[in-house]
Amino acid sequence: MPAIEILGLEKTYMVGFLRKRPKVALRPLHLTVEDGEIFGFLGPNGAGKTTTLKLLMGLIFPTGGGARILGREWTDPEIKAQIGFLPEQPYFYDHLTAHELLEYYGQLSGVPAKGRRQRVQEVLQQVGLHDVKGVQLRKFSKGMLQRVGIGQAILHDPKVVFFDEPMSGLDPVGRREVRDLMEQLKQAGTTVFFSTHILSDAEALCDRVAIIHRGELRGVGAVEELTSSVQGKVEVIWQGTQIPATLKALGADCHVSGDTVRAVVPESQQDAAIDALRRERLRLISIAPVRTSLEDYFVEKLRRAETTAGRTA
Amino acid sequence: MSARIIHIASNTFREAVRDRVLYNLIAFALLLSGAAVLVGQISIDIEKLVVINLGLTAVSLFGIVIAIFIGIGLVSKEIEKRTLYTILSRPVRRWEFIVGKFFGLAGTLVVNTFFMAIGVFAALLYVAHKFVASDALIFVALYFIILEFLIICSLALLFSSFSSPLLSAVFAFSLFIIGSFAQDLRGFAGMAHGVTRWLATGAAYLVPNFSAFNVISSIAHGQPVSGHLILYNTVYALLYAAVALSGAVLIFENRNLK
Amino acid sequence: MKQRRRTSWIAAALLAGSLAASMATLHHLDQMRPQATLEDVLYITSPSVLKRASLGYDGLLADIYWTRTVQYFGAHHRGGGQSYALLAPLLEITTHLDPHLLVAYQFGASFLAPEPPQGAGVPERAIQLMEYGIQNNPDDWRLYYSLGFVYYMEVKDYSNAAEVFARGSKVPGAHPFMKVLAAQLAQHAGEFATARMLWDATYQSTHDRQIRKNAIEHLRSLRVDEDVIHLQQAVTTFGQRTGRVPASMAELAESEGWRGIPVDPDGHPYRLTPDGRVEVSDPENFEFVTRGLPPGYKPTPTIP
Repeated sequence: MPAIEILGLEKTYMVGFLRKRPKVALRPLHLTVEDGEIFGFLGPNGAGKTTTLKLLMGLIFPTGGGARILGREWTDPEIKAQIGFLPEQPYFYDHLTAHELLEYYGQLSGVPAKGRRQRVQEVLQQVGLHDVKGVQLRKFSKGMLQRVGIGQAILHDPKVVFFDEPMSGLDPVGRREVRDLMEQLKQAGTTVFFSTHILSDAEALCDRVAIIHRGELRGVGAVEELTSSVQGKVEVIWQGTQIPATLKALGADCHVSGDTVRAVVPESQQDAAIDALRRERLRLISIAPVRTSLEDYFVEKLRRAETTAGRTA
Repeated sequence: MSARIIHIASNTFREAVRDRVLYNLIAFALLLSGAAVLVGQISIDIEKLVVINLGLTAVSLFGIVIAIFIGIGLVSKEIEKRTLYTILSRPVRRWEFIVGKFFGLAGTLVVNTFFMAIGVFAALLYVAHKFVASDALIFVALYFIILEFLIICSLALLFSSFSSPLLSAVFAFSLFIIGSFAQDLRGFAGMAHGVTRWLATGAAYLVPNFSAFNVISSIAHGQPVSGHLILYNTVYALLYAAVALSGAVLIFENRNLK
Repeated sequence: MKQRRRTSWIAAALLAGSLAASMATLHHLDQMRPQATLEDVLYITSPSVLKRASLGYDGLLADIYWTRTVQYFGAHHRGGGQSYALLAPLLEITTHLDPHLLVAYQFGASFLAPEPPQGAGVPERAIQLMEYGIQNNPDDWRLYYSLGFVYYMEVKDYSNAAEVFARGSKVPGAHPFMKVLAAQLAQHAGEFATARMLWDATYQSTHDRQIRKNAIEHLRSLRVDEDVIHLQQAVTTFGQRTGRVPASMAELAESEGWRGIPVDPDGHPYRLTPDGRVEVSDPENFEFVTRGLPPGYKPTPTIP
């Protein structure tokens, strides 16, 4: 049984003074997330990622379609005991301390009173807030609030967690910790669905990703599948600081560092690049294939989408 | 289900208490003691009257103001600050949230009233030097004041579920004023004709009626209050609060959060 | 989605049900405490304190108190009330808050002075109220009228009444009948014609329903009084002629040459008792009638 099945979920807002103009936030979305995988939901800001998450959480109501989580209707209140949610830039009752907040949330999620205190301590340790558990949340930094957010999402041992931009507001150490935590969750069998616009994170963590742009799904699949579909690139390094004009014309990505230049060119232009260098009598140092990144795939996809939009517009 | 409501209620209560609302109680108590001392200078007969009138009126007004100022933020603040996101992603029903908030606020006011009542009784003891049987009527007046609070809380919650804090305050306060004169509104309606009469009568029955709860003047003169009145006032307050809360639930259930 | 719909329906049903029930409860409460709004009048009888407490909204508060006055009087009047203790304080408060609320003074003139159950029975306070009104509205002839009215009708102080009417007739814009009334009072005080003129004038000088109704009632009763006196006179004349009492009203009518049996303003015939008294057939219809009443008659209070 898939952990999450999104079945044509869509959302259109009515905007304008008299609320007559439709604004499409999400076109009918069809997506399946398998049990126990880490799934990345990628897209630029405003693409519809947060809208999708809010729809799944029942914070806003869809104008069409539905979804199933762990086999049950997404509106089923019972299912909420088995899912965790971390919203983007979360806010909490700032008159409470971290400890009190988790206690309260534990009560609401139905964590049995008997082991609750212990569990709260565990989670506080896990997110690195044990030392400040008695401090009121109004004194917390953004990063600390993010940790609280993660804590409250995993507190009740959910089967599926939904994270909206989990890395935002964290320093490099913090991001690493979150990544490790997400790996831990996967090890424990939890399904992780998270949205982000930072592709390197997705690349490192996800089993599968989906790319969304302007409310529409542009691609779904395992990371390797997607990146392999993009045209390969090679990295050329040569001595000197000169950049031949022809190379520039090829659209190469050139970067000077010290007394060498590094350029990335599409695989198909490999020979043309080497010719250009030889003509200029520049000494070639190395030439090696570059692994295409998700970013390349992303940019390519979006660029294609823009041109189609341009053509049809 | 009921456990969640209680948890939400106690959290609301805790928030109100930490919101430094408690300090106003001290201010009130001091104010009343000061007034009692001043009043002690005037003629012996009416000082008790003034303490009861002044004291109970202050309890009522202070409470209404607190109810409105806390109540209007109960829902709209949570939507504004998005603290609701992580609450509603838990197995909390939206209606449980509303009901829990109501009980939390009502509880805050009852505790508030309790402390302010101590102030009133203390001042009374100071000017009268002893208690008499008729002073027990003050409890009835306090009970009626608490019933008024229930109505105001439910209204503040209703407005908070769809309106900004500022507008909610305006609406709630206006309804309080109109409600205090509701019986006169019915009088006006009685003197009108045709469509105006129906509209005015409808409005007069729709707004909360506070005139029946105001027994302050009569108990200050030692007039007893009939048990019948106590019963019907209780029923009215509960029914009206139910109306406002149902409205709040209805709105909140169908609201897209931003 | 199903959950949301179900909860919404339950909430809507609860709302409608509670609303209906709350209105019913309110109705019941109203009947239990009809004087709820008058609490403060009972215990705070100082108009100046109230005016200060109204924080500048005295106009509105005056209107509210005026409404309460009308309700109060109407409720008591319907119940055949024997006491209108709050009427004077209510009117005093109302006029203190809005000294230009003319109808309040007129109301006071009609209902403060007469004895219960027609009024509060406090003519001195009525006079005080009118004086206060004149003080604050020296150019309104209608207040002089009201004052003169009280002097004449209730206190029976004819000379003061005439003097007030004369004063009022000099106010610019005064109704011509002020002069006429002044003259009438000077010469024909205590007569039916004068009373009729006054009640007629009262009716014309106001739009208030209650005051007008009162004036009409007086006019009707005056008619009856006059008729009874006139008829009784005829009976006496008959007796002087024949040495006996007429056997019936029909006989009297025939002997006087009247067209038919005389009837009262409601169309009911006047009765003649065996001992020669003229009586009105149903005194209940005429609130202020003083003649033609059966011996030992006491008006029964109307029960709503």
